[in-house]
Amino acid sequence: MSILIDETTRVIFQGFTGDKATFHAREAIDYGTCLVGGVTPGKGGTTHLGLPVFDTVKAAVRATGAKASGIFVPAPFCADAIMEAADAGIRLIVCITDGIPAQDMIRVKRYMRRYPRERKPVLIGPNCAGVISAGKAMIGIMPGHIYASGRVGIVSRSGTLGYEAAAQMREVGLGVSTSVGIGGDPINGSSFVDILALFEDDPATDAVMMIGEIGGPQEAEASLFVRDHMVKPVVGYVAGLTAPVGRRMGHAGAIINAFGDSAAEKAAIMRSSGLVVAPSPAELGAAMALALVRSGTAAIAVHA
Amino acid sequence: MDIHEYQAKELLANFGVPVPRGGVAYTAEQAMFRAEEIGGSRWVVKAQIHSGARGKAGGVIVCASEHEVRVAAADLLGKCLVTHQTGPAGKVVHRLYIEEAVDIAREAYLGLVLDRREERVCVVAAPQGGMEIEEIAHDHPESILREVIEPAVGIQPFQAREIAFGLGFRPAEVNQAVKAIIGAYKAFRDLDSTMVEINPLAITSSGKVVALDAKMTFDDNALFRRPNVSELRDYAEEDPRDAEAAKYGLSYIALDGSIGCIVNGAGLAMATMDMIKHAGGEPANFLDIGGGASPERVAAAFRLVLSDPRVKVVLVNIFAGINRCDWVAQGIVQAANSVRVPVPVVARLAGTNVDEGRRILRESTLRITTANGLAEAAQKAVAALGLDGGGARSDVTRGAA
Repeated sequence: MSILIDETTRVIFQGFTGDKATFHAREAIDYGTCLVGGVTPGKGGTTHLGLPVFDTVKAAVRATGAKASGIFVPAPFCADAIMEAADAGIRLIVCITDGIPAQDMIRVKRYMRRYPRERKPVLIGPNCAGVISAGKAMIGIMPGHIYASGRVGIVSRSGTLGYEAAAQMREVGLGVSTSVGIGGDPINGSSFVDILALFEDDPATDAVMMIGEIGGPQEAEASLFVRDHMVKPVVGYVAGLTAPVGRRMGHAGAIINAFGDSAAEKAAIMRSSGLVVAPSPAELGAAMALALVRSGTAAIAVHA
Repeated sequence: MDIHEYQAKELLANFGVPVPRGGVAYTAEQAMFRAEEIGGSRWVVKAQIHSGARGKAGGVIVCASEHEVRVAAADLLGKCLVTHQTGPAGKVVHRLYIEEAVDIAREAYLGLVLDRREERVCVVAAPQGGMEIEEIAHDHPESILREVIEPAVGIQPFQAREIAFGLGFRPAEVNQAVKAIIGAYKAFRDLDSTMVEINPLAITSSGKVVALDAKMTFDDNALFRRPNVSELRDYAEEDPRDAEAAKYGLSYIALDGSIGCIVNGAGLAMATMDMIKHAGGEPANFLDIGGGASPERVAAAFRLVLSDPRVKVVLVNIFAGINRCDWVAQGIVQAANSVRVPVPVVARLAGTNVDEGRRILRESTLRITTANGLAEAAQKAVAALGLDGGGARSDVTRGAA
């Protein structure tokens, strides 16, 4: 088991025939992902990487039974692509593209509210590394080979810091169930809380590594969720201790301009909510090993 | 992207927000001409720099004659203003805004922000005008009014009325304030703004509601569809290194330390800075080379980082996913061959094509210290700093075959 995707999930890519989508589609197929086709408006009826190309997501879903989509279309067209996927009945939408206008995301989130809970798709991203269930399937841009299969879930704003966590855990003999990059934008699809809730319910996940950064209220909300609703141990880290106030640190959402936005404040809330906070980004793996030992779940952590 | 007060007022006025009469001036003569054009007997000469608290820094001068306007303008132009938002270096005044002076009966605070918790636009208002919202939130949290706007229908008049009555405006003032609030929301929405601040929103002694100061910030990701906003960019207000970085698709922010950082991914870049601090050093910058970095882009990153004379060591930290370590390694070699790299370089490569990347560095004959993990990289960078003693920069190309 894992969350969101596994090797049986039927996946399409939107913006399928572009360079980046092509490169990452190859990687995904090699990793074992069940990629069944893609969408590029105007190229319907052709094939790409030996898979069918469709003009619309609806046509792709009808023909392939796809349940998940990876979005690689350029930023100006992303909001449209996300809503098209939602309307076509896609259950998991992973938007990799960065640079989407914030007000487009406001409209996307409003659009998603029209679906009742049981029909509401899960949106991951935008501006994220994607989702990988170690050894099973991936929709994203991460290097698949660094993830050892195991029982720790990772949820991270940053893509590369998620890789760092996976690599460090592998070094201490810990593997990953699923790793989710939720993205660095101020308004994004799934929050830390959404993903933590999935991990808490996943029988194949024993513990969670949560990697936040400066800016926004999501890390604090997630800390309270861990305190009030989670049994599994959670290790936390917040990047940006040295970030100056009021300057955007690369990610559109990584900016300190309100109370509670700084890394120190977020780490303090994590600590007071019972998370094990990694003292430095070089100790993510060690902190997870420690948390597992403390909680007595070390014995069932699968080794790499 | 930030713009000047006069630009924000012009944009807001187009959406029905009332502003005092005014005009921009680049010279003292123009300032005097503007005052004459505006008419009346009292004017305010306002320094236009991208910062709040200009009044406290001496950047706002009230004048009672055209001659005084000329003197004030001559005094302000070229002057360096230091506020808590400009940093200790301050900002030089190149433009002025000359405005009719108004008699103020009351001042309130009005702001619109992208509320990350609500994931919608939020109108924020308070009766204490002229104070910064952080101060109001600290001193009078109970007085802050908030209205979250439903994006499907936009702001409704009742929401603007609730704000205006909540601010204690009189009925005649409420109608004007509603128009201003709705106009500010429309400007925010239609121009892809991320922040509009009208502080103060004033009521004049004759009962007119008017935006006395205005600040607008825009979503960089939406500038592609807002050419009328992007043309307002004032490069004189920006660090020239930011523009250089943007040209190569790099994200760069200068800091005060001595260890230059070249990293892929914003999160890893912040974590690398944290790690340097943890190891006892100080980062000189934030730099994200982004995904799919070419050797040219890495070389540009080196040039940018080395343009800061305080940089005594460069730390390269790459965890390649969408990137490839061999390209980054080639970029390092290319940079060392094209630009003089007069400081030690510590490189940590991991991820896609890491073996090839390490081989390229090993065979390059450059004096590059390699590191395996994040901790080792930061420790070696700090150690290299110590060896250097902060004195003469040692040359990375020294000893090259």
